[in-house]
Amino acid sequence: MTDTTPAAGPATGAGEAPTAFLEVRDLKIHFPTDDGLVKSVDGLSFQLEKGRTLGIVGESGSGKSVTSLGVLGLHNRHNANVSGEIWLDGQELVGASPGDVRRLRGRKMAMIFQDPLSSMHPFYTVGAQIIEAYRVHNDVSKQVARKHAIDMLGRVGIPKPDKRVDDYPHQFSGGMRQRAMIAMALSCDPELLIADEPTTALDVTVQAQILDLIRDLQEEFNSAVIMITHDLGVVAELSDDILVMYAGRCAEYASVEDAFHKPLHPYTWGLLGSMPRLDRERTERLMPIKGTPPSLINVPQGCAFNPRCAYKDLNGDKSTTVRPELVEAVPGHKVACHLPLEKKQEIWESEIRPKL
Amino acid sequence: MLLLITLVTFGIFFGLPKLAGQTTDQLAASYVGKAPTQEAIEATKERLGLDKPIVVQYGNYLKGIVAGEDFKAGPVTDHCPAPCLGYSFRTSQPVLPTLMDRAPATLGLAVGAAVVWLIAGVSTGVVSALKRGSIWDRTAMVIALGGVSLPIYFTGLVSLALFSYKLGIFPGGGSYVGITEDPVKWFESLVLPWVTLAFLYAAMYARLTRAGMLETMNEDYIRTARAKGLPEKTVITRHALRASLTPILTVFGLDFGLLIGGAVLTENTFSIQGLGQLAISSIGTGDLPMVLGVTTLAAAFIVVINLIVDLLYAVIDPRVRLG
Repeated sequence: MTDTTPAAGPATGAGEAPTAFLEVRDLKIHFPTDDGLVKSVDGLSFQLEKGRTLGIVGESGSGKSVTSLGVLGLHNRHNANVSGEIWLDGQELVGASPGDVRRLRGRKMAMIFQDPLSSMHPFYTVGAQIIEAYRVHNDVSKQVARKHAIDMLGRVGIPKPDKRVDDYPHQFSGGMRQRAMIAMALSCDPELLIADEPTTALDVTVQAQILDLIRDLQEEFNSAVIMITHDLGVVAELSDDILVMYAGRCAEYASVEDAFHKPLHPYTWGLLGSMPRLDRERTERLMPIKGTPPSLINVPQGCAFNPRCAYKDLNGDKSTTVRPELVEAVPGHKVACHLPLEKKQEIWESEIRPKL
Repeated sequence: MLLLITLVTFGIFFGLPKLAGQTTDQLAASYVGKAPTQEAIEATKERLGLDKPIVVQYGNYLKGIVAGEDFKAGPVTDHCPAPCLGYSFRTSQPVLPTLMDRAPATLGLAVGAAVVWLIAGVSTGVVSALKRGSIWDRTAMVIALGGVSLPIYFTGLVSLALFSYKLGIFPGGGSYVGITEDPVKWFESLVLPWVTLAFLYAAMYARLTRAGMLETMNEDYIRTARAKGLPEKTVITRHALRASLTPILTVFGLDFGLLIGGAVLTENTFSIQGLGQLAISSIGTGDLPMVLGVTTLAAAFIVVINLIVDLLYAVIDPRVRLG
């Protein structure tokens, strides 16, 4: 694996500080286990500027969450092997000491987790948890921090924040809890916000509110946002760019427009095909991707997607023997697939698109 | 709850001998002492109400606890003020003052040991959980396994032989003095019993804490705490340990309640005149009111301690408060 090409933007040499706000270069997070080496993330590169949103999409076990935890330095340091580079605002994080990364966490980069109930401590009030987050990085009195916490709760749309601040997480509804979680993540004005499936545990009606909230707050704080999800609807709603992950690697990287209207990877086609649409007639069945995601210990030879790919035979035996590298097929649009560009565009236009 | 306990204990200690064929004469005789005359036995039966049906006896016993009881022996009337637990068959002393006399020793032993085992057990458990698989963890867990397995009369005697008779650091068995008499000597005399008793419990609590911490450290809210940028020390103490303490508190309530009812083995090994030793000697001499008194008191302790634990639960876990 020698792919050091960044997924977007101009390439800078390894070890040099990049110009982008966040740049991940050839990130690998491997877990040695008794069954073998689990390659959760295997050579991932991307860039993100402030004020932009990157959507990372993929099935369960494709390495989305591990990537985000890796950026924050929250992976288990005892059993993970991390290599590559993560540059945040000119500072390299993979080689930095845990203490240094810890001081950035919460202040410069923050995270919203999937399940707000289990992600908040059941024994402390919501206010206490926000105050705690604020006071780690800001040397202020409890009263000041409390005012700030109430202020934050109000900003994320929690009614009567001065009363709710003293409630415990279990006294909040699911949507309110996620709002509180967002208030906590944003309490120190982070420049990078990672949202790991922020709406998966919520009602559909609440989902839209939370997404609106994240978008509004992003505009207000001008932060960079990584939205991790398996829900293409969420990505379409919020993201500027999309990174499709498969088996720990980037399968396709494109703007939202391109990814939804001119996708080039058979896996992306599959994801689009599995998405229910109401604006079409209901004659066609959904087209699920057949098979299951591969084991990250035994990733298939060649293209990791080949056992589930309907087009693998169009390349001779290349798909089962040679791993496709991520290349820029169209300006600003990268894809890791052996199929020739013209062929892919042809299949998309003639076979896939009409069925969606 | 307490009523039920007195009913059961009373039934066992006074009802069962009757069923087993022991006459009230024999009961009364055990109160009178050696070579009793028939008149003395009759007088005693009347004085203690043993001639009455068992239900009435129980009623009187309860009445004694609530309102006090008068024991008439011809012209003399002994008034036993509430709460009255009766008179010892053996010493003719009222039961309650004897219990109160013995309780401080047991209480001192139990509280001191509890402090030692909580500090030693919980901290060992936490460190073991955080350094899982390390030499420290393995050594601590092997010692803990030993601590759980070794009986007190073994560890107690070994520690006596070693630290008292051989090295002479601490005084030996039977050296207990009350805290009001001489606090320093009191402390010295209790160090070995504390450590011996605490060793057993600390071992259990270390294993319990370790298991709890390992589970808690994998919780989502621990990840959140780290994501906030909290120092690892805060994550462990404020977030992980607090959540792990809840199950430990439950077990602690039971253990501690049981212990202040009499740490029988420890008290006997170190010759401490506590409730446990009183219970053993009373059983040995068939002193039923005394046995009944110790049992009722111990049961009352367990009930009260568990009530306190339940209330503490609400303090620790806010979800209980509203439930």
